[in-house]
Amino acid sequence: MDGNAKVGEDFFQVAGLRFQSRLLVGTGKYKDFTETAQAIEATGAEIVTVAVRRVNISDPKQPMLMDFVDPKKYTYLPNTAGCYTAQDAVRTLRLAREAGGWNLVKLEVLGDQKTLYPDVTETLEAAKALIKDGFDVMVYTSDDPIIAKKLEDLGCCAIMPLAAPIGSGLGVQNPVNIRLIIEAAKVPVLVDAGVGTASDAAIAMELGCDGVLMNTAIAAAKDPIKMAKAMKLAVEAGRLAYLAGRMPRKLYADPSSPLGGLI
Amino acid sequence: MQIVLNGEPRALAAGLSVAGLLKELGIDGRKVAVERNLEIVPKSAFETTALDDGDRLEIVHFIGGG
Repeated sequence: MDGNAKVGEDFFQVAGLRFQSRLLVGTGKYKDFTETAQAIEATGAEIVTVAVRRVNISDPKQPMLMDFVDPKKYTYLPNTAGCYTAQDAVRTLRLAREAGGWNLVKLEVLGDQKTLYPDVTETLEAAKALIKDGFDVMVYTSDDPIIAKKLEDLGCCAIMPLAAPIGSGLGVQNPVNIRLIIEAAKVPVLVDAGVGTASDAAIAMELGCDGVLMNTAIAAAKDPIKMAKAMKLAVEAGRLAYLAGRMPRKLYADPSSPLGGLI
Repeated sequence: MQIVLNGEPRALAAGLSVAGLLKELGIDGRKVAVERNLEIVPKSAFETTALDDGDRLEIVHFIGGG
């Protein structure tokens, strides 16, 4: 979409911030920080998710993510990955706000180590506490349209249903529910987790998602930089196809060449 | 005095401040957040917050994640 004014008019807005890119990416699972930086650059993403963890006290001189992925260039979206209770998630994001000074956060409260499926009751509780505390909450949730609506009603600034379990690469498993969530929501809806390859991202965007958030699909590709580019194109293609409006599906053929003038 | 730092016991000089500890550890205070006994220590209070015996301290930063 480089410099294309017409497409440039299409932007993604969350918590009052405008973004050109509808691809949000994680910064985990890469070989090293150099590869992380290169892959993120290739995705064209403007928002990157980051985790909050203890500093390695025994070796504080280890390279830090911030030295490779500039928080002035990218919007850091701190997450609560690894949190299984509302209390842990809120504690983590309060620390994140102090470390970085940002209010925009990604809330995820997990319910089970095997599926990493969200615990929606804990998620609702955490969302309530965070919003009360002044956070702008982008929330990872299941593809349940009722829970999605409840999270929106609480004041979450973006609803992020999973396409499939985190890191599974299975693609959009329940397109009907994703569409139901989009149709009911007045805030941005992003598919978060479960994308495996470029076509999965395109499908999410063709459904009308405002964006896609992914990590493993890029980091675990054989060539992460190439996959990063593929994902950038897929999200743009899916968005354009959604805006263009697809043709109706038909049971029988319809010739593309005119029948008049046949010899 | 004895504190628990990121889950590990650690002996420190009495009266050390949060800023003093970060300096001793070689950590850039601008890149981390500090929690003392489950309360956030604002960056602006690093200098003035003196640690006490038995404190539980967490020093965190951002790492790669999805």
